[in-house]
Amino acid sequence: MKFGVVVFPGSNCDADCFHAASQVVEQSAEYIWHKDTKLGKFDCLIIPGGFSYGDYLRCGAIARFSPIMKEVISFAKAGGLVIGICNGFQILLEAGLLPGAMLRNRSLHFICKYVELKVENTDTSFTQKYKKGQILRIPIAHNEGNYYIDAPGLAELKKNDQIVFRYHGENPNGALDDIAGIVNKERNVLGMMPHPERSSEVELGSTDGRGIFESIVESIGKK
Amino acid sequence: MFEAEVKISLKKAVADPQGLTVKHALESLNFKGLSEIRMGKLIKLKLEAKDKAEAEARVRQMCEKLLVNPIIEEYSFEIK
Repeated sequence: MKFGVVVFPGSNCDADCFHAASQVVEQSAEYIWHKDTKLGKFDCLIIPGGFSYGDYLRCGAIARFSPIMKEVISFAKAGGLVIGICNGFQILLEAGLLPGAMLRNRSLHFICKYVELKVENTDTSFTQKYKKGQILRIPIAHNEGNYYIDAPGLAELKKNDQIVFRYHGENPNGALDDIAGIVNKERNVLGMMPHPERSSEVELGSTDGRGIFESIVESIGKK
Repeated sequence: MFEAEVKISLKKAVADPQGLTVKHALESLNFKGLSEIRMGKLIKLKLEAKDKAEAEARVRQMCEKLLVNPIIEEYSFEIK
């Protein structure tokens, strides 16, 4: 299968995501520049972390209007797999591909550390290799990871089982209902604040994030 | 040429930790009687428009399309 990693000015996890796709799960991968207006043939798009456009205005607000995003939105609407990690999650929220918004961390601090996540939904193309209730150790690194959605929106997320990851034990950033990752209703778009690409190899201190990439490969293989 | 000032703040229902922290800091400096502090953004812009009504319409469009995230923010603006 083929991964595409979208690169914005200020992305800084693009090479890590590319490495996870090409070296860890050994699939073909290609960078996609944010100014591109045509998307090649891909099975899964990764919107990586970083500080696209310096996080100016709101995190992800300006990247959301990059030329390639029209193609990313069409790809997602057609059922293509899209995963947004950290700043990538923020971009998907601003683009309206996922519901809700990000606020500044409750502590007002940039937080960079390992957290524990609970896998809440394994019936997605991104989490099928995990077990429901499994606890993962995956690092976060963000200033705006305090997920917010209004009460009807939260009820909708719960009703459709869209909450995929919750912080376990400590909630590091104040995120509503301990939400660390969600999918859209159709379950082909995942946004998560923790970084699976930074926890996919023994050398990095955790391999708990690898399951996400392996799940994607497996689900594409089945198609 | 018109000048617009757009004020953006978090909605009432949304917690504002920055405002709360500033409130605590002022209180620790003995400023009493503060009931609430909300932080926000001020965007000043100059634009060409044939009249004030057109300037207002364009600024509103800018707010809706990019400047404001209606899930967490509210806004108001003045045109001079």
